[in-house]
Amino acid sequence: MANTFELIASSTVGAGGAANITFSSIASSWTDLCLKVSVRSNNSDGNVYDQINLFFNNVNDFTTKVIQGSGSTVASYQPSGSGVQLPIITGNSATANTFGNFEIYIPNYAGSTNKSFSIDSVNENNATTAYSQLDAGLWSNTSAINAIKMQPSVGTLFLQYSTAYLYGVKNA
Amino acid sequence: MPNPTRIEINCETGVESIIELTDAEVAELAYQAELAAEKKAEEESAKAELEAKKQEVLAKLGLTADEVTALLA
Repeated sequence: MANTFELIASSTVGAGGAANITFSSIASSWTDLCLKVSVRSNNSDGNVYDQINLFFNNVNDFTTKVIQGSGSTVASYQPSGSGVQLPIITGNSATANTFGNFEIYIPNYAGSTNKSFSIDSVNENNATTAYSQLDAGLWSNTSAINAIKMQPSVGTLFLQYSTAYLYGVKNA
Repeated sequence: MPNPTRIEINCETGVESIIELTDAEVAELAYQAELAAEKKAEEESAKAELEAKKQEVLAKLGLTADEVTALLA
């Protein structure tokens, strides 16, 4: 099990928001990657949540298994192909100043086999309606992951004070 | 009014760049958001339909969800 975390890079969204956040030129020096994100999007479609379009090396094409729960109902589904919406985050209809959190763990990101990954995410909301989601994903691509991009699905901006931290993890 | 920006962090140099989207990127963003909204609405509808079916079955059985949980415990 990998046991040494090293911060590779981080970012905080400033005033005016950001359409997407990209970590580029990621070296192959670590064993695994771990991305920890706290974001709120400008989605105001009336739902308290939004989701993320995730890209590895600018490609959004995954096979995934998803479990999403609201505390009263649960859904299990298998989105796949391009345009897959992965972690759940907080949209702009949720309680003011709340941010959704998610973590993406990518083992063996620089290897020459297909890349599996896991995501846990919640949309924070100080009210009755809130969601949590677990994703098991597969990126059928043998290239090393050297860039990770994320952008809101329904919203068009991450709002100010959203943050993203990318960690490299070594197994020694 | 300027276009929205995106953030790119070069992990090799540590340099963070804030880059204004091109008009084409803004149009693509709006298109993708529209598609995502449609997809999200479909998923919400499917979830609601499933929940309605569950309630229908419970009603036919004359049981509440709590009673089913108790029976299965």
